[in-house]
Amino acid sequence: MEHYISLFVRSVFIENMALAFFLGMCTFLAISKKIQAAIGLGIAVIVVMALTVPVNSLIYNHLLREGALAWAGYPDVDLSFLGLLSYIGVIAAIVQIMEMVLDKYVPALYNALGVFLPLITVNCAIMGGSLFMVERDYGFADSVVYGAGAGTGWALAIVALAGIREKLKYSDVPEGLRGLGITFITVGLMSLGFMSFGGIDL
Amino acid sequence: MSTMREALTKPILQNNPIALQILGICSALAVTSSLKVTLVMCISVTLVTGCSSFAVSLIRKQIPNSIRIIVQMVIIASLVIVVDQLLKAYAFAISKQLSVFVGLIITNCIVMGRAEGFAMKNPPLASFVDGIGNGLGYSVVLICIAVVRELFGSGKLLGFEILPLITDGGWYVPNGLLLLPPSAFFLIGIFIWVLRSAKPEQVEKEEFKITKNTRSVKEAF
Repeated sequence: MEHYISLFVRSVFIENMALAFFLGMCTFLAISKKIQAAIGLGIAVIVVMALTVPVNSLIYNHLLREGALAWAGYPDVDLSFLGLLSYIGVIAAIVQIMEMVLDKYVPALYNALGVFLPLITVNCAIMGGSLFMVERDYGFADSVVYGAGAGTGWALAIVALAGIREKLKYSDVPEGLRGLGITFITVGLMSLGFMSFGGIDL
Repeated sequence: MSTMREALTKPILQNNPIALQILGICSALAVTSSLKVTLVMCISVTLVTGCSSFAVSLIRKQIPNSIRIIVQMVIIASLVIVVDQLLKAYAFAISKQLSVFVGLIITNCIVMGRAEGFAMKNPPLASFVDGIGNGLGYSVVLICIAVVRELFGSGKLLGFEILPLITDGGWYVPNGLLLLPPSAFFLIGIFIWVLRSAKPEQVEKEEFKITKNTRSVKEAF
């Protein structure tokens, strides 16, 4: 149990997707003008990551990795080069299915998240989560915790940035820095702040 | 012919994908702490952008409109797999350093953006040149940032010592911050500032205008 809590804390704070690995930057900068929108997108990312990382972990461990096809009678087959193609396929498919399921059964949630779901397919944080899972060789349980943690970290970062940007509206920024420039500098400062979590180890 | 040259050179300075269109920033920040890794990343992205634009453009008339994103995605993903396997075979150390970022070329918005925005409407050769041009525009920004980060962060360029470090008996005290993630944000912010000061028409409009303080200083206190 301790191992999982430690993994969760590490993926939320220390290895924060947005602030330490710069993943999902495009949406991170584009959708962080309003807190409401940021919360919606954040929740969507948590859900999608908590689903796609474990599914990709299953696919990698039982279909693609070297020797994984032993159950089908092909012990020497190594399909790991197909990884990238299958992960992105899985992500696109899950997002699409989630959109349809939400539309049918939870229309309220669908209306809240609807706009953000298609955006998530091309969010590199999601893809990055799956790739890190493969690189670090997480098992199934690890990947569930890691997916949820990394999603939460990203959501936390975007909500925090949106909060800062809402306040920043009232400040007098030098002309060339307005908009994007000052946002980058703000994110840099946030990233510095998150680096202070570096030493935490449970 | 002039349009070809324009397609190649315009994205480098006038319509830079990173600074102006804000595409593909993720990798721009992550791989720039050493120049060697950055160069490999630049070559990969430029090739993938060029080839994917070419391939998408070749079959642009056959792609049904409703599934075009998936078709583009498959083409890009296949090209990235080729690049990934090549790197693993011939430059294993660098591919380990790039870790997940080679795979993330798939979700790099520049590649997708050029395929969707240019290659779907233009003939193959022009699309290829446009893809290469945008890749080069991306490379220019990345290389600038990488040079600053590696030179001032560790006193070296491509592994050769330029500024002798104080720990090795030299005079330069390295700025460790430049090797950490936050510095990349600051550098890009400053880069955008410089670019927009040079070209004031790119400055974003403010949502609010703060009016001048109407009370005099004496009144306020």
